[in-house]
Amino acid sequence: MNSDCIVIEGSNMAECHPVAFQWVTEAKARGAKVVHIDPRFTRTSAIADLHVPLRAGSDIAFLGGLINFVLANDLYFRDYVVAYTNAAALVQERFRDAEDLDGLFSGFDPDTNTYDQASWQYEREEGRDGVSEDDPARADRQEELSQEYSVKQADQAQTSGSGGPPIHGKPKRDETLQHPRSVFQILKRHFARYTPEKVAEVCGIEPEVFLKVAEWVTANSGRDRTTAWVYSVGWTQHTVGAQYIRTAAILQALLGNMGRPGGGILALRGHASIQGSTDIPTLFNLLPGYLAMPHAAQHETLDDYVADAAGVAGFWGNKRAYMVSLLKAWWGDAATPENDFAFDYMPRINGDHSSYRSVADMIQGKVGGYFLVGENPTVGHANGRMQRFGLANLEWLVVRDLQMIESATFWKDGPEIETGEMVTEQIATEVFFMPAASHAEKDGTFTQTQRLLQWRHKAVEPPADARSDLWFYYHLGRILRDRLKDSTDPRDRPLLDLTWDYPLEGETRDPSAAAVLREINGVGPDGRALSGYLELKDDGSTSSGCWIYSGVYADEVNQAARRKPGREQGPVAAEWGWAWPYNRRILYNRASADPDGKPWSDRKKYVWWDEQAGRWVSTGDNPDFEATKPPSYEPPPGAKAQDALSGRDPFVMQGDGKAWLFAPKGVTDGPLPTHYEPAESPVKNALYDGVQSNPTMEHIKGPWNREHGSASDVFPYVFTTYRLTEHHTAGGMSRTLPYLSELQPEFFVEVSPQLAAERGLVNAGWATLVTARAAIEARVLVTERMRPIRTASGVVHQIGVPYHWGERGISTGDSANDLLPVVMDPNTHIQESKAATCDIRPGRRPRGPGLVTFLEEYRQRAGLPTGLVPVGARGTVEG
Amino acid sequence: MTTVSSASPGLSGDGRSKNRLYGPLPDVQEEAGYDSDHPARVGFFTDTSVCIGCKACEVACKEWNLLPMDDAHGTRDVIGLSGMSYDNTGQLGANSWRHVAFIEQSRSVDLPMPSFPPAPDATSRQDAGNAPDDTAPGDSVTSAMTSVLNAESLSQFDPQTGHSGDREIRWLMSSDVCKHCTHAGCLDVCPTGALFRTEFGTVVVQQDICNGCGYCVPACPYGVIDQRKGDGRVFKCTLCYDRTLDGLQPACATACPTQSIQFGNLDELQARADARLATLKSQGVQTARLYGRDEDDGVGGAGAFFLLLDEPEVYGLPPDPVVTTRDLPAMWKSAGAAAAMIVGVALSAVLGSRRS
Repeated sequence: MNSDCIVIEGSNMAECHPVAFQWVTEAKARGAKVVHIDPRFTRTSAIADLHVPLRAGSDIAFLGGLINFVLANDLYFRDYVVAYTNAAALVQERFRDAEDLDGLFSGFDPDTNTYDQASWQYEREEGRDGVSEDDPARADRQEELSQEYSVKQADQAQTSGSGGPPIHGKPKRDETLQHPRSVFQILKRHFARYTPEKVAEVCGIEPEVFLKVAEWVTANSGRDRTTAWVYSVGWTQHTVGAQYIRTAAILQALLGNMGRPGGGILALRGHASIQGSTDIPTLFNLLPGYLAMPHAAQHETLDDYVADAAGVAGFWGNKRAYMVSLLKAWWGDAATPENDFAFDYMPRINGDHSSYRSVADMIQGKVGGYFLVGENPTVGHANGRMQRFGLANLEWLVVRDLQMIESATFWKDGPEIETGEMVTEQIATEVFFMPAASHAEKDGTFTQTQRLLQWRHKAVEPPADARSDLWFYYHLGRILRDRLKDSTDPRDRPLLDLTWDYPLEGETRDPSAAAVLREINGVGPDGRALSGYLELKDDGSTSSGCWIYSGVYADEVNQAARRKPGREQGPVAAEWGWAWPYNRRILYNRASADPDGKPWSDRKKYVWWDEQAGRWVSTGDNPDFEATKPPSYEPPPGAKAQDALSGRDPFVMQGDGKAWLFAPKGVTDGPLPTHYEPAESPVKNALYDGVQSNPTMEHIKGPWNREHGSASDVFPYVFTTYRLTEHHTAGGMSRTLPYLSELQPEFFVEVSPQLAAERGLVNAGWATLVTARAAIEARVLVTERMRPIRTASGVVHQIGVPYHWGERGISTGDSANDLLPVVMDPNTHIQESKAATCDIRPGRRPRGPGLVTFLEEYRQRAGLPTGLVPVGARGTVEG
Repeated sequence: MTTVSSASPGLSGDGRSKNRLYGPLPDVQEEAGYDSDHPARVGFFTDTSVCIGCKACEVACKEWNLLPMDDAHGTRDVIGLSGMSYDNTGQLGANSWRHVAFIEQSRSVDLPMPSFPPAPDATSRQDAGNAPDDTAPGDSVTSAMTSVLNAESLSQFDPQTGHSGDREIRWLMSSDVCKHCTHAGCLDVCPTGALFRTEFGTVVVQQDICNGCGYCVPACPYGVIDQRKGDGRVFKCTLCYDRTLDGLQPACATACPTQSIQFGNLDELQARADARLATLKSQGVQTARLYGRDEDDGVGGAGAFFLLLDEPEVYGLPPDPVVTTRDLPAMWKSAGAAAAMIVGVALSAVLGSRRS
């Protein structure tokens, strides 16, 4: 709303986030420019000022081009860049850039396809002055362990939390930014080849269009103006997804758009509490508050676990207090200093247990049971066939959902039953369907995109046997504990010692959601709710179920339930709900003032140092800085945690307090983003001869997951999957409802008139899309909103494929996700669903066993290994 | 609060009612027989320049008014892809009281870049709002979708337009609804009093009175009011009369995330719309216009009016709607004269025959 320019890239904001889009509409009404960068012309493009139809999977080239434009024309915000980023830091001499090694950074191990990140690090100042190490030997040992393969597989680097990976010691700096090994000069060299012409070639757009965006973005950044970048899964669902976001972060840091009103990089989260489900995570490698899950090889004791943060500057330096408080919240009195606060009760991970790897393990028969909670993976996840083969090889499956979804009925009406690749009588999986309560039928919070927790009250009782998730897990735990109550087996202690004492409410005996929220907030030694994470102690006197949420129950008040209307408060509206951390609406907002603490400009005034009062003040937000730490503060020798950062270091969670233009550590696939083609692309990488796509991407091999590789003649077209406003992800909440089904009643694909002419496709007629994984049929919409892309190697046609459909509900159709390979970003284990290749032909697909031979013929023609599976597909994982 | 009669006060023979059928009316409720302390006239201003086509209005309307599912042809309890862009609602009808139209337009722009193999029919604007046919793919899908050509907006694609590479593309979206006309033909012809003018100036059908005669259906110059098949009665937007009575906004306006649908007192909405139009014009959107705002138009101005970015025909709206009962008095006069003449002719024939 405060932005002067909004660039929406990798997001179809108007269609998939229509409620959030009201603020873009409002900014536009105030005169902001709105740019939409997307392969498709969507409902977002329809009301943007400019639509840039770039080729799917080429965003790093586009953003890299902007970075080059900014650096080459001296359009960066110099004062901001020198003071608040790591531009001046020097990198070790042995570092080699991808530009020097034809697409690889130094440290690449071709045997494991991973990087040793040692050569990416800063050149440290002599000694370790300014930062103390409680136990340097242990920290170094942790450093070493963090590079072990099984640890890397589990992403310990990525899960260093909101603090980013620990940086020990201060880097050498060159404030003039001229040193050839300074981050600034490395950056300049790295992006020097990303010229408007190169961008045009890679992205398939006109240089004029690129320059128009460059002009708008730079003209709307600086002291007086700010530009915001908005993305969603259009960026994350690539084999280089994390690097897409890194590229935007570099650009926004160079332009001085971070920590300031109207700036930032906004990650739109897809569902009501997807943000909440990463904060208090459903991920295998994270604990609440982005604390890493302990690793078997790395974290034998609590001391091992916190060693990487001990003595690190910034708020991450208090990791021990966060972890001990978490252990106290979970195991209460059973967590004592003598037993390491029950750290041994915590399960350990020993490698990659992410979603797709777990499904492969199911096919191998290694996984006994599986809970699907509000998830319909046979429709919603990449390669639905692989998902179904996984589910068919379980012992039991629990599905909790509002509707009887495809993932609960695959054993009787899934596509593989029809083809004969699965036989109902041979599937041993016992399926339990548990009806779930909807959001109107239970109390609790949603945490949305802006990290804002909003409380919702139960409006009606859930029907029949439907129950809340809270009810389900509480009573499941209660029953399990009851069964084990006489056990003397030490392995049952973690379950028996849990604090499992929530008050029950109403006729359904739901545990009190408010009591859970209060436990998450945490209490002090006096039993009173804490007011924030700064009160957390590492001696066991405090507890908190999620340190970043501490403060949501401050003063014993459910702060998330506050609903003071915007018109009754200031522009920041800080009394609506509660944002983590500390009800802060803009993170790192110290950066909205200059190094001396004065606002960069009157127009963009937000947080500043009040000399008279001796504290930071704001237009209504909570300053993201210690309230009384003056801009002139310099850390004394031996200072720890936040005290080790100076009064001019706004990025308080980072070990060096700076925004990272160059990531000396922590990003698995390179310290700088560079353009790689998607795993399946018809185009050769125009930047590197030696490396076509991300060398560190993850593969799962099996007959059900054959990849096309690059430039396949058999699969010449690019397709990209997406959602429509009218449906909800895998469709369980929309295809079952008449009012939504009628609005988008059938599965369709969108093609350009040129592709329609080339392949004989007719508007509203049928088409079959084919990949090495599956063949599916869809109705066709021919539209000029889809545009062929001209590249050096010819015209690339792109096909738009919404993925909502499955065989159940009112509106039914084939599942687009069946087409996709599972090939993943190594940082996040997220699949590449936004760019892959396929063939398209007019007419409907073969049915029954004919489909199997049809696909096998395609694979043979493409020179791929067989995709035939034995019935049930048990044990077919090849690596 | 004024009491509500079940029959239209306009037809109750109240002495003050002039039963005017055409032209501006300063106070439509008073004209209909309400006391002068009636509430202000309310309506919708639908600003299509900020519509994102989310169809939340359609869903909210159906939820609140308990309307059945239907397809693009209005067939109840049937669904199917229309092939007309993202519009699977098709039209306003007995089962759909809000309808979001999607109109795709494109044209070439002159950019100094190598251009692409042109689409088979690249220079024409296309309106995807046409049903597909069985044209062979070779002779082009685009030509199957005939164009609604409009010279004025062709030359002036406005800043609302996305420049999509070497093609300029525009995707217009507009949520259509009953216009709640100042002179409502449906209401004028209703013989049972099922249709009536509410104290808010809106036009509502009472389902317990409607006898399904269907006179109102051809009487609507916009083709809004419609009989429900298998039921026979007519249904249309009530401007959420039940909600309005409770001081709530209509469901569609409440659900709209971008304030494309604005509900309020008609005079305030008109002022807001005039200001919005001026803003858009000043930004260079020369094709923007208000539709249904003018009280001198054929229906005396509409209670639900629109800001459009192209000619009304492009959105499937009649360019110059006229209340179908405008000429009724003249017609009765003519009919009387004709009847007199017929009687005269008949009489003279009879008399003449006697004479012979």
